[in-house]
Amino acid sequence: MSDVLYLLEHYYPYFIRGFLTTLGISLIALVGSFIIGVIVAVLRIVPSRPVNAIGRAYVEILRNIPLLLVAFFFYHGLVAFGLNLDGFTAGTLGLTVYTAAFIAEAVRAGIQSVPKGQMEAGRASGLTYIQTMRYIILPQAIKIVIPPIGNQFLNLVKNSSILTLFAGFDLMYWSDYAASESFKTFAAYSLAAAFYLLITIPLSFFVRWLEIRLNRLPAEQVQIKTALGEV
Amino acid sequence: MDFRAAWSPENIAFMLEGFKITLYVAFVSIVLSFAFGTLIAVFRYARVPLIAPILGAVVEALRNLPLLLIIIFARFALPDVGIKLDVVSAAIVGLTVFEMAMISEIVRGGLLSVDKGQIEAARASGLTYVQTLRYIILPQALVRMIPPTVSQFISLLKDTSLAVAISLPELMHNSQIIYNANPSKYVVPILSFAAGLYFITNFALSQASLFLERRLSVRH
Amino acid sequence: MIKSVMRTGLMLAFAFVLAFSLAACSSGSKEQPSGTPGADGTPTAEKSTLDIIKERGRLIAGVKYDTPLMGYKDPKTGNVEGFDVDIAKALAKKILGDENKIDLVEVTSSTRIPMLKNGDIDIIVATMTITEERKQEINFSDVYYNAGQSLLVPKGSPIKSIADLNENTKIGGVKGSTSVKNIREKAPKAQVLEYPNYAECFAALKSGKVDVMTTDNIILMGYAQQDPNFELVGGLFTHEPYGIGIRKGDETFTQYVNDFLKELKDSGQYAELYRKWFKEEPPKE
Repeated sequence: MSDVLYLLEHYYPYFIRGFLTTLGISLIALVGSFIIGVIVAVLRIVPSRPVNAIGRAYVEILRNIPLLLVAFFFYHGLVAFGLNLDGFTAGTLGLTVYTAAFIAEAVRAGIQSVPKGQMEAGRASGLTYIQTMRYIILPQAIKIVIPPIGNQFLNLVKNSSILTLFAGFDLMYWSDYAASESFKTFAAYSLAAAFYLLITIPLSFFVRWLEIRLNRLPAEQVQIKTALGEV
Repeated sequence: MDFRAAWSPENIAFMLEGFKITLYVAFVSIVLSFAFGTLIAVFRYARVPLIAPILGAVVEALRNLPLLLIIIFARFALPDVGIKLDVVSAAIVGLTVFEMAMISEIVRGGLLSVDKGQIEAARASGLTYVQTLRYIILPQALVRMIPPTVSQFISLLKDTSLAVAISLPELMHNSQIIYNANPSKYVVPILSFAAGLYFITNFALSQASLFLERRLSVRH
Repeated sequence: MIKSVMRTGLMLAFAFVLAFSLAACSSGSKEQPSGTPGADGTPTAEKSTLDIIKERGRLIAGVKYDTPLMGYKDPKTGNVEGFDVDIAKALAKKILGDENKIDLVEVTSSTRIPMLKNGDIDIIVATMTITEERKQEINFSDVYYNAGQSLLVPKGSPIKSIADLNENTKIGGVKGSTSVKNIREKAPKAQVLEYPNYAECFAALKSGKVDVMTTDNIILMGYAQQDPNFELVGGLFTHEPYGIGIRKGDETFTQYVNDFLKELKDSGQYAELYRKWFKEEPPKE
């Protein structure tokens, strides 16, 4: 415990800096992956098979390879194409592109949860495909989609720790710094864990609360769905 | 980019050697995390006094930490309190501890999803608690558990790559050794090859899960 | 009532199984050298690493895999070679009579001390500078190589010495090395980027993510030999005496290693290894 206090006293600016960077990365990547995710979800459901295939390929490829590999591709691999990104940028881009695949799936599930008849009804009453989407389907889907996106934000906070492996200046990077500089390894990483939990625990409670409120489900059902990863 | 030079037989062999470690560590961690995860879930489902709430708190904390932190912790922080693990054990312990928390939630969700009325009916008709668990609850819970469990295993296989941080000689680590010898030419070909290996394995897993799911849901 | 008590008992039994198997995972991981210092770093009066090595019949040495000339894993051949590796092999020969009775384990600057304390490795022969801070954690042998910190830059870089490192300079170094600590003091304005190992750091220099890479001259020389587009500049601005790392408090083994180093120098084998790797005569003492 005294080690933790020692670290807080001597290294607190680094932990704070890392904490804020981690939050920043996660927020930027959340916005980015939401935009890409919605586009990919739309690609997967429009009535055109070749377009669907593109969307499916995106999701399947990114869901089945490690995030670290994606991030290293952006960090080292893009150099061959003339794009030399720093650790922060490459890491944030990697997180964005990777998380987008999961958000795309959540959005698609949300849209498909709206009964098909509504699309037909919308079209029959003279609305275009896009109008039906915009005014009828999406407003209903959004309620279902928000909690899983909250979960992806949670994953982003945790996953952003990989930035330490290519000098991304996130919380994990500065924890490594404090650990190796002070030799107080156990205390430094415990402190890092506390900082991560400071973001993730409230966030996970918030996501559960959202699920209960938005979808008017009984708490027990939400518990089951959360546990099963269906949120 | 030089695919031909990058994909030399020596390099491919070196990467496959790493992939063997990846598969080994993933397999052991899957087995262990499933066993421990199920145990934790049963404890919590049965609301065992004292233990259940403690396990609940532990699971909640573990699920909300970065796996990379847990792996590094297992390797470099535990020795400070006298627990000493070599690279492979540290990777397995780190992955298992994190994944068992995830799996325990899935199993618990599966158990909770079974209709309470059925349990009461089973007990009323003279089945013991264990019999009810075995014949009524588990078979139904299992069907609901399969898709999230398989996707958790896919995550686990991908997450073994995080062990580069502790120099576990798995696929990602060996890929780095090769491409760092000549980054501008090798990174893209080597990373693509590694991506291919991960993809094939995981895609096969997810397709198998879909197949299983269909088979099981037909029976019900 | 009785049933529920029994049920709880059963669950508790399971919990113990879980706890024990976890504990078994951790302790059964290797034949733990008993000379390991206690968790608080104080030596325990147990047997020396030397006896453990003899009992095991193999020496487990922590070396780097990404420092050409010192300890480097050649991806083409799969062999690990370098000056540090040869020193470790010579020690294996002295203890066990065969230089092949050795297991090389990869370490990095940030992992080597935890791994030694951990009992993963018997010794560290991995470009490790003897410092007062590290002496709190481990024992050191006498100096076996004198290095100094320097800078590696692409040929034609405007950076010629540490005086040229300003607030726009990005310096690449390795996590847990003395070099990053030194450079923060010598060039406080510059931005320091820490990588997990030298290979990743050099890759970053190659692609221009950092302007200069800093560490001990000998490691940089290895990279400059690998890729002639890079050169060392700025001379040596620190003194980095390398020592072999031994577990804290193991005076027997420390003395043994010091005797070994002396023999190595007296017999001329040290000079031979020096010429083999550095293509020059060792400095006169």
